[in-house]
Amino acid sequence: MSERPLVVETIRIVDPARKLDAVGTIVVENGVITAAGPDALNQGRPEGAMLIDGSGLTALPGLVDARVFIGEPGGEHRETIASASRAAAAGGVTSILTMPDTDPVIDDVAIAEFVMRTARDTALVNVFPAAALTKGLKGREMTEIGLLADAGVKAFTEGRKTLADPALMRRIMTYARDFGAVVMHETTDAALAGSGVINEGLYASWLGLPGIPGEAEIIPLERDLRLAALTGCRYHAAKISLGESAAVVANAKRRGLAVTAGVSINHLSLNENDVGQYRTYFHLSPPLRREEDRLAMVEALADGTVDVIVSSHDPQDADDKRRPFAEAEAGAIGLETLLPAALRLHHSGAVPLMRVVEAMTSAPAALLGLDQGTLKPGAPADLVLVDLDRPFVFTEDLIRSRSKNSAFENARFAGQVLRTIVAGRTVFEAAR
Amino acid sequence: MIAPAQSLPTGRRHLIGIAGLSPQDITELLDLAEAEVAVSRQVEKKKSVLKGRTQINLFFEASTRTQASFELAGKRLGADVMNMSVASSSVKKGETLIDTAMTLNAMRPDLLVVRHHSAGAVALLAQKVACSVVNAGDGAHEHPTQALLDALTIRRHKGRIARLVVAICGDVLHSRVARSNILLLNALGAEVRVVAPSTLLPSGIDQMGVRVFRRMDEGLKGADVVMMLRLQRERMEGAFVPSVREYFRYFGLDAAKLAHAKPDALVMHPGPMNRGVEIASEIADGPASVIEEQVEMGVAVRMAVIEHLIGLSAEGNT
Repeated sequence: MSERPLVVETIRIVDPARKLDAVGTIVVENGVITAAGPDALNQGRPEGAMLIDGSGLTALPGLVDARVFIGEPGGEHRETIASASRAAAAGGVTSILTMPDTDPVIDDVAIAEFVMRTARDTALVNVFPAAALTKGLKGREMTEIGLLADAGVKAFTEGRKTLADPALMRRIMTYARDFGAVVMHETTDAALAGSGVINEGLYASWLGLPGIPGEAEIIPLERDLRLAALTGCRYHAAKISLGESAAVVANAKRRGLAVTAGVSINHLSLNENDVGQYRTYFHLSPPLRREEDRLAMVEALADGTVDVIVSSHDPQDADDKRRPFAEAEAGAIGLETLLPAALRLHHSGAVPLMRVVEAMTSAPAALLGLDQGTLKPGAPADLVLVDLDRPFVFTEDLIRSRSKNSAFENARFAGQVLRTIVAGRTVFEAAR
Repeated sequence: MIAPAQSLPTGRRHLIGIAGLSPQDITELLDLAEAEVAVSRQVEKKKSVLKGRTQINLFFEASTRTQASFELAGKRLGADVMNMSVASSSVKKGETLIDTAMTLNAMRPDLLVVRHHSAGAVALLAQKVACSVVNAGDGAHEHPTQALLDALTIRRHKGRIARLVVAICGDVLHSRVARSNILLLNALGAEVRVVAPSTLLPSGIDQMGVRVFRRMDEGLKGADVVMMLRLQRERMEGAFVPSVREYFRYFGLDAAKLAHAKPDALVMHPGPMNRGVEIASEIADGPASVIEEQVEMGVAVRMAVIEHLIGLSAEGNT
């Protein structure tokens, strides 16, 4: 079904892939962008086009979120592909990479195809599955990386887990390199983290909670970067949280390795003190770190050491969060707050708008090899219209995700998504 | 400021921790406890101030001594006391802490005394019930009545807490007793030291308002009070310290080490003791030991806390 053409007139266009930040016009036909820029101003419009006046608004490429946990299949009470896609649309996120730690695990072609089929039938946004590095996430046998990649899997990851066996990790990275597959890894040394549930330090000590030292993240990260050098694998450090992690990634990049890194919006926005008195919505993995580390992550984002911002959207139902801190599941939802929370970095002057947007659009699109993440003519018409300065409070009743475990509940933001468009079709429109 | 800025929900309704109590609050509780000591030493030990009130002792972690102490305290105040031991292993999966709290809340108790193996669990439970809650120990977080009874014991012997040198020795890392004592002793102006191998000290200990020592002779020098902590059996054999005999050699309290403290130093232990591990029998049973008196003060302090919390709410405070 082809949509009516769409014209957005006189709108500020921020398109990092083209380093474009200018007022212009966007024209969408047949789900594809045919023009987007100042040169399209006053050039007439296709017949029957729907017209949107973009005065005072900003158009961004639809966000690409490279780390989204969903409960489907197996945990639909927490989140389905459909409910996650509604949350994504409301947050201006038009493409999501879903993590493989579902039940069953996304570790073979049939399950990956099930996710893609379900997404096609029920999702408002583009859904790309990531597959496991090892069968059943058991850390023993590698998955069919070639077949999975051919089936449309965009990246390989153990989800929340870290592959402990360095020999297997080496072989997987070597094999993945031959297929040009991206290996994404979240690094936590399980033995060193032990029973820890919060950043190790004075704050944890007063709360009487077992801490996780930063070295639990850095040691396996350094191992992986050495294996990336050895194998030449395209490696992505999925979610780093420490200034020292950024330093070792920067060093690997200086050596010319095919390495990138991501950070969650939580670790750019919050620190260990936000845990307060055992607030389980702030029980995250990796744990929220010291303020010095948060500032280091912001700096690493600004200077490009960290390439990608992710929501690390991780729905947990109330029963799994309303527990003593150490017994509560880790994770927070984030699809709906990714953009407004990231815009805080722009509003505070910490990171230029262009760089903030790049880290959520063209950078993750490049990582995953997607055509999305840009507004250049010919690209899929995935875009989001934002009032960058409009204030709002993120109250619980706004949450569209099936789970309510937000680390930004009642947060004040400036920057509201007014309309989200996927392939030329409006999938979200804010109430005026 | 040595404690986290946000204080726990203490004050009138609950006693969750020493954090959030002012020096004045602590002194008032100790003064009230002093009066309860007299009650416990009478032939007729029963007051009627809590007549008709219900106290439930909810213990998710086994503890004969603390539970008995709270039970006796409630009974001496005239309350009806019920014990519920929910050993963590027997809690059926699915029955969460909140479910248990709601069930007990429906029985309309006036006071819940709660011990739980997880830090923060008692504060969480306190948010969900309508009655007063006393923390009888939550994970490695706090054990406020233990710190209060320790302070009462010290004050009765030394006449004050301020400016005393108190050495807390042993497994500070896993100890809620140590945390509550560090907070309370600092609030009342004592000089607090900790003495332990670094594997048994929490991260950031040097910013917790204590002086840190790794040798007993240095840490005990000139101490007015030597407070020993229990070392859990599973931590003795290789995981945190190499062996019992090595631990006792360097960190167990014996006569030679105690000789570094002041001649009139008090020796304390929250119990139950591991004789020959953290403390030698001759010291535990010796003239400096006030360990049995701590048990007596425990009942008095718990009476004071309970009377303060629900005795006050009887006067129109919901």
